[in-house]
Amino acid sequence: MQINFKNKRIASILGVLPEQEYLFDDEVNNYSFPVRQTLRLKKVMGFNKHRLAKDSSCVSDFAVYAVNYMLENNWLDRDEIGAVIAVTLCPDYFVPHISNIVQAKCDLSNNILCLDIAQGCCGFLIGLMQSFMLLDKLENKKIILINGDVLSHKVSKRDRNDFPLIGDGAAVTVLENCDNYNNNIYFEMHMDGKRGDALKVPAGGFRMPCSPETAVMQDQGDGNFRALDNMHMDGSAVFNFVQAEVPPMLESAFKNSNLELNNIDYFLFHQPNKFMLKKLAEKANLPEDKLPMNLVENYGNLSGASIPFIIALNLQEEFLKYEYKCCLSAFGSGLSWGVMFMNIGKLEHCEIIESNL
Amino acid sequence: MEEILKILEEIRPEFDFKASSNFIEDGLLDSFDIVTLVNILEEKYQIKIDGLDIIPENFSSAESIFNLVNKNKN
Repeated sequence: MQINFKNKRIASILGVLPEQEYLFDDEVNNYSFPVRQTLRLKKVMGFNKHRLAKDSSCVSDFAVYAVNYMLENNWLDRDEIGAVIAVTLCPDYFVPHISNIVQAKCDLSNNILCLDIAQGCCGFLIGLMQSFMLLDKLENKKIILINGDVLSHKVSKRDRNDFPLIGDGAAVTVLENCDNYNNNIYFEMHMDGKRGDALKVPAGGFRMPCSPETAVMQDQGDGNFRALDNMHMDGSAVFNFVQAEVPPMLESAFKNSNLELNNIDYFLFHQPNKFMLKKLAEKANLPEDKLPMNLVENYGNLSGASIPFIIALNLQEEFLKYEYKCCLSAFGSGLSWGVMFMNIGKLEHCEIIESNL
Repeated sequence: MEEILKILEEIRPEFDFKASSNFIEDGLLDSFDIVTLVNILEEKYQIKIDGLDIIPENFSSAESIFNLVNKNKN
């Protein structure tokens, strides 16, 4: 699927992290693998430290913290907001929705649209797509796009495949129309539900409700322990999917949009781990100096919030002053993979803050 | 081939790789061991292993790993 948008822009980005940082070195004994073997992954995968939310903290807590920070610091006014879109894999409840909880707790108008979307790694691209479509009808209103997850609550601490890379937090991105600003945006998205089991939380929905049985930790036969309540990623399947699907998608997207690799100032990609990104860069001939890969080593893989966080972590000063041609790409649960070309820059605000969540 | 076996024994010293006919099926190498191995092979032989070649079949025996290294040397 391909869509073109015109004259939309990112006005501001705010990332909110939990204050508690955990070191990979301190967690190696949680796993039933030789310590020396586990520590080797530090350099290759980029495992170093990650931010994990308190057990009691949910996505709406991070989102409310962020939106209130924006309102209190005059990033935007309540009456400018036309919609709140929350993209997450971690709803506080089945009902009510995170966007409605944010609307209530931030005292936003009843005359706005609140929308939750269930998406993981591609959540920022899907959120931008939905926001841009909605902005066509909202004229001078702004959209608050929330991308957040607290996946550590769903990952076994004894699962070395999944736990070291997980990070919690939320990013809030303010989007708006810009009639006097030429921003031709190209968006391409692919999905393949047949391969969806590669990233799965088996229990917790209506198909298999959580129960004492689904909470039982089981040896997976490979040294990892997890329960049916836990998320699991088939690392090999996801790695091979990314290497096989993303490079040809990028190639066709460049062709369709009449762009070349050297037209791009920054490649802002979802951040699964350093190894996967390095191999992807090699396969697609992407310049590594334009593709930041340091989110996992600093905060962990922040799921749908990875792209706004990678901007705020690495390019805050540049993106406040200047404008850049960017290639955004994400790949993950679904399975889904997508790319977007757009100009980003001259942001009004761009920050990462810590919360006590 | 001996060099490959030496690297494997360094990664997982608790296993006897010579006694296994399939490192993956016998549980001697998991996906993270493969990542570690790729990193060591790339540094030792100054090669880049194609991402599409990083599949379990190419790491099931010393011979398949040897062939993978040679393919990427060329």
